[in-house]
Amino acid sequence: MASGYDRALSVFSPDGHVFQVEYAGEAVKRGTCAVGVKGKDVVVLGCEKRSAMKLQDTRITPSKIGNIDTHVCLAFAGLNADARILVDKARLEAQSHRLNLEDPVTIEYITKYVAGVQQRYTQSGGVRPFGISTLIVGFDNGSKTPRLYQTEPSGIYSAWKANAIGRSSKTVREFLERNYKEDMDREATVRLAIKSLLEVVQTGAKNIEIAIMAPGKLIEMLPVEDIESYVKNIEQEKQEEAAKKKTGRTPGQGSAAILTRSQDEPGDH
Amino acid sequence: MDLGRWIIGGSLRPCALLSLASVRSVHPDRLKLQCAFPLELQSSRHRDLGPVPTNNLKLPLADLHLLSNFVHNIAKMEILLGITGKDFTLIAASKAAMRGATILKASDDKTRHLNKHTLMAYSGEAGDTVQFAEYIQANAQLYSMRNESDLSPSALANFVRGELATSLRSRKPYNVNLLLGGVDPITHKPSLYWLDYLAALAPLPYAAHGYAQYYCLSILDKHHHPDITLGQGIKLLTLCTDELKRRLPVDFKGMTVKAVTKDGIVDIEFNDDKVVKSA
Repeated sequence: MASGYDRALSVFSPDGHVFQVEYAGEAVKRGTCAVGVKGKDVVVLGCEKRSAMKLQDTRITPSKIGNIDTHVCLAFAGLNADARILVDKARLEAQSHRLNLEDPVTIEYITKYVAGVQQRYTQSGGVRPFGISTLIVGFDNGSKTPRLYQTEPSGIYSAWKANAIGRSSKTVREFLERNYKEDMDREATVRLAIKSLLEVVQTGAKNIEIAIMAPGKLIEMLPVEDIESYVKNIEQEKQEEAAKKKTGRTPGQGSAAILTRSQDEPGDH
Repeated sequence: MDLGRWIIGGSLRPCALLSLASVRSVHPDRLKLQCAFPLELQSSRHRDLGPVPTNNLKLPLADLHLLSNFVHNIAKMEILLGITGKDFTLIAASKAAMRGATILKASDDKTRHLNKHTLMAYSGEAGDTVQFAEYIQANAQLYSMRNESDLSPSALANFVRGELATSLRSRKPYNVNLLLGGVDPITHKPSLYWLDYLAALAPLPYAAHGYAQYYCLSILDKHHHPDITLGQGIKLLTLCTDELKRRLPVDFKGMTVKAVTKDGIVDIEFNDDKVVKSA
């Protein structure tokens, strides 16, 4: 379809596209959704978790949220296998930075580094781009300001107050745009992250993962029971709202477009 | 190697104050080095130094050993002590940072935390020590980040031994002696490893480096028991430091004392002000 201009990575098509990079963007769109939300002095990462198969050991199956360093956390959407490599490179850089500069990395620095690696893989021969977008969050050393960055397969990076990547990220981003408030406390930030994920995750708490970062603290993964109580609370509120508006409407979960995962989808997203 | 033999061969005494720098200035080539480390985190000293000239003087291992003995009479004054007990490992290091006959600092901390339950104390050539210790620390932390679990003290000790062994066979080996103490995070078993710059590794119930060995090992032989409590361990350590104050001809400015328990690494208050009169 693209008449040969999508074969080699470093070749432009006549109208200025680099197709391989755009295809990488497609891989991201097929990955499970991840959101990041900044609060006043907290930053939350939320992930849609693929439902585990019956015999799978969920305890030791790697998560989509990972630490780069004690104070930096990364979530991704796209190809899991690519993410492993990128995360590994970022972790190495973080420790190398500590060793050489005697200071932990700033969130912006490590974001730039990750984006730099992603960019390099769009402009050299014999490689293919990383099929992932990342959300990088955390607090700089000694700072209380939350940071949230996004990187893309092309190597673009950008700073956000709240953002979503992956499947139906547009729906979630629009939801965040409608509901984001400045200076949210921890409770409200976690709630917004979960609520926005519920727009696209229909199975509820079981398929949501939440990580919370606070200044000077290690990453905190929210226990499933806590997520469940948030979800219950949110659903109850939604029901009440629906009942208030129109009595005839079916009470239930989020009304936005829900994409159902089919069984025969490729397994790596 | 001529210089080595010259120093070793008896004419050492008249020029005992020959500094490390002047030893080095005879062989500036020794400062150029390159070494491929097995891990990706390379110590910056080994980076980007370009190709190494092939026909440089190579120090035979035996000469190197003796040469560094000369350089290390000062380093031997640095005290490292380690004691294991029932549920802890105690590590103590002298606070004095020395260069020649001068004490540069009286509050030096010659230890690095490798992870939550492993502590490493070092002595040896200034510069080498911190460089090597931080390199090991960075790799230990990298492992913890990558695998979401820490290396055990025994795994770390063997890793460090490997690094020292490759370094020993490079153009400019690290001159570092180490004590590595920890408590296994799962079994809660305390352990202590003695390592020297020749990459010897020995797991021991109690250990010392430098001249401190001559004074302390006999005391530890007599009084140590594997089932001692932390309190008893600190008492035993006090016996050792008292003897060092009594007999060692330098003021080592007291000891930094740290204990590794199953809950992590804790600083131990240690009374340095006690005056011990010589016999």
